[in-house]
Amino acid sequence: MLRKIFRSGTITEPLGVAGNNIEQLGARLSAAVLRRFRGSLAIRAVDAGSCNGCELEIHATNNPYYDLERFGIHFVASPRHADMLLVTGPVTRNMAVALKMTYEAVPEPKLVVAVGDCAACGGEFGCSYATAGTVADIIPVDVVVHGCPPTPTDIINGILISLGDDIAHD
Amino acid sequence: MNFTLSGSLVTLLSERNIRIVSVSGVPKTLCIPVQDWSKVAGLLKREDIRLVATWAAQEVGEGFTVHAAYAKTGQGYALLQTIIGEDASAFPSITPHYIAAARMERLIHDMFGLIPMDHPDLRPWTKHEHWPSDAYPLRKEFATDTDMPRSEGEYPYIEAEGEGVYEIPVGPVHAGIIEPGHFRFLAVGEQILNLEQRLGYVHKGIEKGMEGRDAFSATRLAARVSGDATVAHSWALCSALEQAAGIDVPPRASSLRAVLCERERIANHIGDIGATCNDAAWSFMHMQCQRLREDMARLHKDLFGHRLLMDLLVPGGVPCDLQPSDMAILQAQTRTIADEMLQLYDIYENNTSIRERVIDSGTIAHDDAQGLGLLGYAGRSVGLKTDARADAAYPPYERFPIPLATCPGGDVAARLWLRFEEIQESARFLDNMLAHMTEGDTRCAWAAPEAGATGFAVIESWRGEIATWVRFAADGRLDRCHIRDPSMINWMGLELAAREVPVPDFPLNNKSFNCSYSGQDL
Ligand code: SF4
Repeated sequence: MLRKIFRSGTITEPLGVAGNNIEQLGARLSAAVLRRFRGSLAIRAVDAGSCNGCELEIHATNNPYYDLERFGIHFVASPRHADMLLVTGPVTRNMAVALKMTYEAVPEPKLVVAVGDCAACGGEFGCSYATAGTVADIIPVDVVVHGCPPTPTDIINGILISLGDDIAHD
Repeated sequence: MNFTLSGSLVTLLSERNIRIVSVSGVPKTLCIPVQDWSKVAGLLKREDIRLVATWAAQEVGEGFTVHAAYAKTGQGYALLQTIIGEDASAFPSITPHYIAAARMERLIHDMFGLIPMDHPDLRPWTKHEHWPSDAYPLRKEFATDTDMPRSEGEYPYIEAEGEGVYEIPVGPVHAGIIEPGHFRFLAVGEQILNLEQRLGYVHKGIEKGMEGRDAFSATRLAARVSGDATVAHSWALCSALEQAAGIDVPPRASSLRAVLCERERIANHIGDIGATCNDAAWSFMHMQCQRLREDMARLHKDLFGHRLLMDLLVPGGVPCDLQPSDMAILQAQTRTIADEMLQLYDIYENNTSIRERVIDSGTIAHDDAQGLGLLGYAGRSVGLKTDARADAAYPPYERFPIPLATCPGGDVAARLWLRFEEIQESARFLDNMLAHMTEGDTRCAWAAPEAGATGFAVIESWRGEIATWVRFAADGRLDRCHIRDPSMINWMGLELAAREVPVPDFPLNNKSFNCSYSGQDL
């Protein structure tokens, strides 16, 4: 096992530049608050109806190449410990209440990043009897990361942009 | 597709004096009188025939039809249907014979308002308590964008009985980056006595959304039934559409589809092996597996333009091709990854602390698995021989058969072992396939069939058999599409496995199945 660890070495790369897929909605939190989040941000991921493709790429942000934790960002198990919700999926009718309750359980001040085309606009599923709308229709959203699914690089950049970081775009 | 079983059933039913109203269509569908629907199921069950799926459809001016697909190893598949006249709304449930039908029939009840008589548990399934009770989304008169008012209600869970039994409700939002669903454990001390699942939270109306789409648009939606099995779901839909249209795709297209599907299998097996170990607090394996999975995703982006291989199948074939140099790269990476997984297997096998967690955890008995019709690697890891690649013998597997890996254990260790093993089998298949790639087109022209044409196809995804049935309306648009993700059945396998598992070991059991919420909820 040790040999394998040494052979694998450290493969973490510098963060790639963001594509043109990130959209910032109106700033809700002051720069001073955002500065506090930087270096230690707790995220709660909520799948509000995704196909699970977005979850695969959110998982990938934690892999050794991207190593999200080096930015002081980590995932937590409870909304009560979270500073940010990372929400995927067209919000289904069956998840709308759970999403709202999760949002309410996150202590103020808080951020919301909507991940994926479904979260942004309903994606391929669109509007139907089974969906309640986009994430922004249900809870306030700070940043939207487009893509189906968005790349891990875009997801990380989206999170950093929501913290007020200036990120170089392509 | 192998439909030998259809012919055998015609003989079997006439031997037993059961009237077959008609045998019609391509693929052949046997129409059974409604009063014999359940009796036939009982008969098939005694012949060790497996239920693949049961679903319903609305007929123009003639009420409804209820359908069922059955399979038997070595004989392929058979389609049955029965007609429920316009003034009737019930049919005999087959759940008393096939436990796997329980949720499928609850879904027919939710979506069409048809009543499976003698069903032991007709609680709503996907139709959550806040839906109006008279909303039947898969009926034609129900508009896709209906704005359903919220109503009140409560879901009647199975109650705890007995001294010291307590309930642990979990979800729908889980602690982790996973899909939502509700689990209710009845436990004594640390032991789980019973797990009850409540799903349907990510129901997005996929089957309704298929209606009225053309073949290409429907394929894009199928690619999003379950993102982790995007290739397999697209393939199942495309095959069903192509069968309905009487199109045989070029051999190179089938070969490329299989290359994509086996790469998807390897990537998911690797990811889940790591995640299962991580749930037993062994992050070394998780990190190694995540690294390999990322290597695969990056090569997929380079060669095919999408990290998860989405939208790479279209009706008629595959819209991309591989150059010889690309094939060499793909072959080389597949070999390297398979070799690394062999090394990781050795490390895993010698790690006593992880072995202690997985051996004898969440064991399913062979007979229970067979009774349920457990699919994919979960079924094969308890000795079942179910594999659509062999059972349906669809191209290219009829020319490049994959040796079936099975083992008897039925516990988390067996499920893990089988996935390690399947990575090697798929890698050998890819090596061979890429070395013997047929030359020629990767795509042929798509021409939609006439209204009423049907198609039924199965594809072995990494998780197990996907079954997809389509029927066309006019203008090349879909009239109805039913998709049965393997999770529809395997979720019930997890309920069986979770009994007597200590609560802290549930996550690793859950991960060892890794059922799709999205695929089951549709
Ligand atoms: S954006 Fe794409 S990958 Fe993400 S949930 Fe929607 S369909 Fe799936």
